Amino acid sequence: MTDQIFATNSLDNVVFNEEGFMDDASAWTPEIGEAIAQTLGIQLTDRHWVVINFARNEFETNGEAPTIRRITKNSGVETKELYALFPGGAAKIAAKISGLPKPTGCI
Amino acid sequence: MFENGNKPRKLSIIASKGSLDMAYPPLILANAARMSGIDADIFFTFWGLDIITKKKMNKINMASIGNPAFSMAPYAPWFKIPTWMGALPGMSALSTWMMNREIAKLDFPPVAEFIEMVSDAGACLYGCKMSMDMMGLTKEDLFEPAEILGAMEFLEMSEGAQVLFV
Repeated sequence: MTDQIFATNSLDNVVFNEEGFMDDASAWTPEIGEAIAQTLGIQLTDRHWVVINFARNEFETNGEAPTIRRITKNSGVETKELYALFPGGAAKIAAKISGLPKPTGCI
Repeated sequence: MFENGNKPRKLSIIASKGSLDMAYPPLILANAARMSGIDADIFFTFWGLDIITKKKMNKINMASIGNPAFSMAPYAPWFKIPTWMGALPGMSALSTWMMNREIAKLDFPPVAEFIEMVSDAGACLYGCKMSMDMMGLTKEDLFEPAEILGAMEFLEMSEGAQVLFV
């Protein structure tokens, strides 16, 4: 219950677009990530954070959310695990939790 | 705001061609579907079976004749290769090599690796029973998670899905 309140509070001032991606990636904090994950019904583990940190780094370097292919090739998390960590569309969900725009890559 | 669409979507793809340029579209679409949380099935039939046949999946080639759009893109896109030239020995191998190189530049995996990736991503792969009988293939010839399915069963499974014939 306390967690739920905490989650709602952390998202109070966060602006999302229609699809649920954060408008301003630079406003993201790990607490916001945690709160978004909770609304999506995902309990973040260390493995989730490997992906989230990788995605944040990629975004800072390349200016876009990484594709699944980049994540699986470079973060040490393999395809099957990635889909298990972020059920319901690994690329989109991972980007949402990491506060990044929708990934545009085809792969 | 955070929901992934209102009802679950599903994409059923029929892959019927075994040339390099026609092997990628079903794989790319199935993978894109899985990336956005859409279920995806691929039914491999006729020459499309090569894509999931263990002995052939690493040797998918470009067809260098019979394609009016066949050109030297991206090296010399203005040069349309005439049919007679496409029939010269080595043309298929050359165009296969060129296309594989361009695909690798975009960080797309080779066909065999792509199939594995799509399967790991949760897409289901099926070999067409009739085509397999015709070509003398058994389940042992197919890439591991692929299963054998008849056309009727595939259609039953595809109820409510968007069906795409490649």
